[in-house]
Amino acid sequence: MESKMINHSVPTEYQSEQGKLNILGFWIFIAAEIILFATLFAVYGVLHTRTSDGPTGEEIFVIKDVVIQTMLLLTSSFTAGLVIHEMRRGNVRGLITWLIITLALGGGFLYMEINEFIHYVHAGAGIQTSAFTSSLLTLLGTHGAHVTLGIFWAIMVIIQLLQRGITPITASKVHIWGIYWHFLDVVWIFIFTFVYVGGLI
Amino acid sequence: MDIKWDKILITGDPLILGSQIAIVLTMVGIVVGLTYFKKWKYLWSEWLTSVDHKRIGIMYIIMGVLMFFRGGVDGLMMKAQTAVPENTFLDAQHYNEVFTTHGVIMILFMAMPMLIGIINIAMPLQIGARDVAFPQLNLLSFWLTFAGAMLFNLSFVVGGSPDAGWTSYFPLAGKEFTPGIGNNFYMVALQIAGIGTLMSGINFIVTIMKMRAPGMKLMRMPMFSWTTLITSLIIVIAFPIFTVALLLGTMDRIFGTHFFTVADGGLDMLWANLFWLWGHPEVYIVILPAFGIYSEVVATFSKKRLYGYTSMVMAIVVISALSMLVWVHHFYTMGVGPAVNSVFSITTMAIAVPTGIKMFNWLFTMRKGRIEFTAPMMWTLAFIPTFLIGGVTGVMLGMAAADFQYHNTLFLVAHFHYTLIPGVVYAVFAALYYWWPKVFGFKLNERIGKWHFWLFNIGFNLTFFPMFFLGLQGAARRMYTYSEESGLWPLYALSAVGAIFLAAGFAALCYNIYWSIRYEKRTTENDPWGTARTLEWATATPVPHYNFAVVPEVTDVDAYWEMKKNKDNFALDPNKIKPIHMPSNSGLPVYMGAAFLIAGFFLVFEWIPLAAISAFLIFAGMIKRSFEYDDGYYVPVEEIIEKERTWRGDSKWKAK
Repeated sequence: MESKMINHSVPTEYQSEQGKLNILGFWIFIAAEIILFATLFAVYGVLHTRTSDGPTGEEIFVIKDVVIQTMLLLTSSFTAGLVIHEMRRGNVRGLITWLIITLALGGGFLYMEINEFIHYVHAGAGIQTSAFTSSLLTLLGTHGAHVTLGIFWAIMVIIQLLQRGITPITASKVHIWGIYWHFLDVVWIFIFTFVYVGGLI
Repeated sequence: MDIKWDKILITGDPLILGSQIAIVLTMVGIVVGLTYFKKWKYLWSEWLTSVDHKRIGIMYIIMGVLMFFRGGVDGLMMKAQTAVPENTFLDAQHYNEVFTTHGVIMILFMAMPMLIGIINIAMPLQIGARDVAFPQLNLLSFWLTFAGAMLFNLSFVVGGSPDAGWTSYFPLAGKEFTPGIGNNFYMVALQIAGIGTLMSGINFIVTIMKMRAPGMKLMRMPMFSWTTLITSLIIVIAFPIFTVALLLGTMDRIFGTHFFTVADGGLDMLWANLFWLWGHPEVYIVILPAFGIYSEVVATFSKKRLYGYTSMVMAIVVISALSMLVWVHHFYTMGVGPAVNSVFSITTMAIAVPTGIKMFNWLFTMRKGRIEFTAPMMWTLAFIPTFLIGGVTGVMLGMAAADFQYHNTLFLVAHFHYTLIPGVVYAVFAALYYWWPKVFGFKLNERIGKWHFWLFNIGFNLTFFPMFFLGLQGAARRMYTYSEESGLWPLYALSAVGAIFLAAGFAALCYNIYWSIRYEKRTTENDPWGTARTLEWATATPVPHYNFAVVPEVTDVDAYWEMKKNKDNFALDPNKIKPIHMPSNSGLPVYMGAAFLIAGFFLVFEWIPLAAISAFLIFAGMIKRSFEYDDGYYVPVEEIIEKERTWRGDSKWKAK
């Protein structure tokens, strides 16, 4: 628990002992998250043909909107990379700027997703319609809830960066948030592939 | 949102009314007692908010003992009901509730907290760490487990207990067949406790990977720490599946989705698959630390190094891998066909191989050892033959073709009690007797310990052995009564008599704890057993809050045994002592536990707006935590020197 020990030969986020532990702990948490989403994908895989009296995926998916969502989120992953890049350069202004741009893209994604949900409900595919819609909306909703949490989390980190600048502790927070954000992107790629593209084939 | 008070408070049942009165009286008693003895501040600042892994461990164990009592009373009620044919002590509904809460509480709120408590106490000491990697998260894990347990237990007096079995199979557990809110308690309470368990798993992995004493390579790690690592790994892999299963179950029950329903495309067997994808690894989560405990005890009291250390490690790794590949054996009768059943039959029986390796290694450890029949060793010795019966009947059940005969009979119930009681409960007892002096500075009394041992062992075998034969005669599990013509009652009655002995055994343990606290001889000897082998015995008894004044160098497995062999008489060079950095206590985990309890309670009662509002209590706690910049504090050198000098005595002190 020598959290005051500072090692200057590594990037800022790895300089404090506690920061290193936090990053490893978070990677293991991401492993748990992978299992969580894998289970949701498995459930969707089992239930997606069980549409009962409700619509099928082909009937309700709007692929144009989904492509825009994908572009927004992929771009936000790129800008999240720039966040870490600016942090390594020690540029707190650049860091915060790219962080805000990332959040704006994430917010755009969420806006599109909420519209998508409204569209589904109008198309007669509410969460109570069939096993297919239940599993679809739960999978998308769990991802969307993660994105929402990520946005509020980043806002907290931004406030702390404004208060304290880039320190070993704030840097490890930004780094951990970055892992999380990229992870959500990876999950979305699977959703895009298996749910939307797979659903249209 | 309509609040119906008559649905909330259960009235008109004498048993439940008695419990309600008892709970109110106990709570009043606790409040009055704490106020009268002016212990509020002590309780809050020394225990409830303490991030010290040893204290958190003790709190887990206290909770485990309380839940053992609750689950045990459930068990006794079942035994009383089935002691004679056509009994009317419990009706069918009550019997359903009682076996459901018995199972859930014993597995999730007794076995798990007991083992996580023991891990908390022993593992950081064994690897020479000052605390776990995330001390505050550790406390949060405890409070979430506690909140889950409280919410679950609340169901007995408020709202109605869950009644669909500890497996909570859909569609029975769904709204279509159990419209009350009882099964909401299952879904929500286990979710809250599960989050706590997952965080414990992550915490222990990081602790073991990053905080071992210098020189302690993974293959020099004590066996109990190894099993903790593998158990934590299974927790991280298996618990998210349960998280999803419970989430979907909650959605089905509260938000009208169709995951496991009969109507609109739902698939009830999907629940069974998800449940056992978590549930089977879960039984290994509780059994592996137990194996670790036996390994420590058997080596200590045979005065020999654990036989086949490397093969022991390999065995638990193989067991953990196989644990994920056997879940279908819980429902061979689902009807997926002989090919699938055969595959799962083979994986199931394959588990007997690494488990057998471990059995033989324990036996070989004892071979030509100088065995000392202390209480922890007695439990270990009793474990081997009884667990063997559990294992062999497990292989019988594992054969898919034969399982169609045993399925859902008391044969199965007897089998898993023969694995879980010797496999977990005996280990918990062994661990309590073994590490008790390290934690408290006095042993549990050996003579009363013998009473505890014999009563419990006789009681256990008397209770569960007849159930094998009942099962073979066709007695189905979870039946609240049976006819006189069935001819089952002599064995049922014998089993009920056994349960009385079991209860007496538990009472003996409680009496032992009480007696030992009052009268047992105190010790400050760092190695009260005299033959201990691992690092936790190298520091003071009771352990100082910083664990080790100077973290020892490790050169071999059995680090402390090596130190003794090398005549290292614990002379400590005062110049080597540096201020020790320690984490500060925190009230936030208590708050978070309360926030989860409140939000969970509203969700159980399906008061969605209230639940949503109280979810913000949780977020508020998270934000508070994010803005906390507490660097902990340093234990000054003078304090360490003072403490170390006291327990080492002047002779060892001046040796350097």
